[in-house]
Amino acid sequence: MLRYIGRRLLQSVIVMLGVSVLAFSVLFLSGDPTYLYVNERASHEQIEKTRQQMGFDQPIYIQYGRFLKGAVQGDFGKSLRYGQPAMQLVLERFPATIELAFVGMFIAVIFAIPLGVLAATKRNSILDGGTMVFAMVGQSIPGYWFGLMLILIVGVYWKLLPISGRVPLLEPLLRGEFGVFFSSLGQGLRHLILPGIASGIWSLSRNTRLVRSSMLEVLGVDYITTARAKGVAEKKVVMKHAFRNAMIPVVTIVGLEVGFLLSGNIIIENVFAWPGIGRLIIYAINQKDFNIVQAGVVLLAFFFVIINLIVDVLYTWLDPRIRYN
Amino acid sequence: MLKLIKKLNVTGIIPGEESFTAKEEELGRKRVSFHGRIFRSMVKAKTPLIAAVIILVVILMAAFAPFFAPNEPNSVDIRNRILPPAFIEGGISEYPLGTDTMGRCVLSRLIYGARVSIVVGIAAVFVAGILGTVLGIIAGYFGGIVDDIIMRLADIQLAFPFILLTISVLAVIQATRDVHQIDVNLIQRLLPLILTLGIAQWVVYARLARGEALSMREKEFVDAARALGDNHFSIMFRNILPNSIAPLIVIASFNVGSSIIAESSLSFLGLGVPPSIPTWGGMLAESRELLITGNLWLSTLPGLCIVFTVLSINIIGDWLRDFLDPRLRT
Repeated sequence: MLRYIGRRLLQSVIVMLGVSVLAFSVLFLSGDPTYLYVNERASHEQIEKTRQQMGFDQPIYIQYGRFLKGAVQGDFGKSLRYGQPAMQLVLERFPATIELAFVGMFIAVIFAIPLGVLAATKRNSILDGGTMVFAMVGQSIPGYWFGLMLILIVGVYWKLLPISGRVPLLEPLLRGEFGVFFSSLGQGLRHLILPGIASGIWSLSRNTRLVRSSMLEVLGVDYITTARAKGVAEKKVVMKHAFRNAMIPVVTIVGLEVGFLLSGNIIIENVFAWPGIGRLIIYAINQKDFNIVQAGVVLLAFFFVIINLIVDVLYTWLDPRIRYN
Repeated sequence: MLKLIKKLNVTGIIPGEESFTAKEEELGRKRVSFHGRIFRSMVKAKTPLIAAVIILVVILMAAFAPFFAPNEPNSVDIRNRILPPAFIEGGISEYPLGTDTMGRCVLSRLIYGARVSIVVGIAAVFVAGILGTVLGIIAGYFGGIVDDIIMRLADIQLAFPFILLTISVLAVIQATRDVHQIDVNLIQRLLPLILTLGIAQWVVYARLARGEALSMREKEFVDAARALGDNHFSIMFRNILPNSIAPLIVIASFNVGSSIIAESSLSFLGLGVPPSIPTWGGMLAESRELLITGNLWLSTLPGLCIVFTVLSINIIGDWLRDFLDPRLRT
């Protein structure tokens, strides 16, 4: 087990190195990245000066070395527009992004499991058919458009819920200000509902299908037949014998989805004016503030890798049948 | 694609083939051709048939957009801004689905918008599918260090959320064009979009093709081909590939749908094609300023176009999976 964790850890380091190369080289797609940092009317001297300032006149491996050295310490240079360190700006918005991803995940799991289990146990019923239609449509809807529709119907027509902005919840919690946390909990959750649904709808649909098919598979194996033959109550067969085993593949996929939600929410964040990393990245792109883009991309990818690592290790720990290679 | 599927049929990868013909002959019916069987299976299931018709309509609309569109998609009519559809009070028959904030015909823009979605959706899947399949088969066939390098690359790519990758690449390309004020035509505008979406999604195909190649490397027919003196290239792409194409086609069909969603998302963010070219995602982005005023049509119609197109593609994918390879059923 320890050896497996060690190898898996090494793999993650290699992956992060790859990510750093990608994040670094993206700038060079433009040919000469200096031009991304000067305005259109810049004189020749100004361009040369910027090139030297940014170190773009150095050999590329030295530039990458410098980038990597900074990246390891969380230093991605200063934002051109804000004048603050890029990583600091990204980190300030990280709680908002985590909050939204968590709520999206929560919605995707809490509804998918009962829906999937019910559909599987009542196979070919109207309930099953309805659930499958819902899941099929849910997987074909772009989350951002679903968000627009929620804004229009729930927010504008019914005026039930706020359609943009955020009330911080995670920050007071992290600072230990529980009074502030509880007093803003209601408002905070109200702001989270619509973006949460929009960000979770795709995963919800996929998980529902996954839970259903996983349950169907398990319900067909021998030990379930044995349990039934022994006279175990159907409810107990489903909940105790089938459900637990059916959850194994679901847990992995759900774990991996957290990472996807973190990055996929970039667009949802923009629809709901949610002050997270995604919104910052798009803003930075429009401002040509590429240090922020690099910092945001690397941070999100880092979390993605960490979550994958945890899921993989948990998975082998939960289910020893899986071989370590 | 029919040709490919037919080929599979010859190699006998489609299960139930023998029993099917035996049963048919037993009943004294004429043996049904492969095309006939595809069509029959579709008609029997009904939903895939409807889905296929929807896709066909969308493709025809896109291909013959100038013929179907009632107006020029970019012609501005200042006096008739934000009109509702013609069947609603206040709408006029000149604009069947109303007009947008600049008084442009919504129906015409929707029809022209299908072009970008269809072209990018299909082309991106081609790029991803070919790249992934070739790398995957090479990795599985040769194994060893080649396999290690390709699959580690795949791991890196998987760890880099693909929407982030496309966004950062397109952002830099766009910025470069702005800075150097490069004027580009439509193809040049679409190419980065297609390539980044394609490159971002090759891993699924590679993993699948690798698995197939690994298991097929040891099969008798590969040994036979080797004994007959076939070279590596021939074994990989004339023996292994045709026998592992069924699951790849299934993945590709779903992938067209997700690529269309990805394209519309990028257009929505303003990173896809220039605003002068109508896209469904771009129309949704433009509709946002009117969302607060409760304008229903401008934000609903392009979204419905995306949903119906993608839903139809996914239904076809589902059906294709059951038809080609029931083992993949989830």
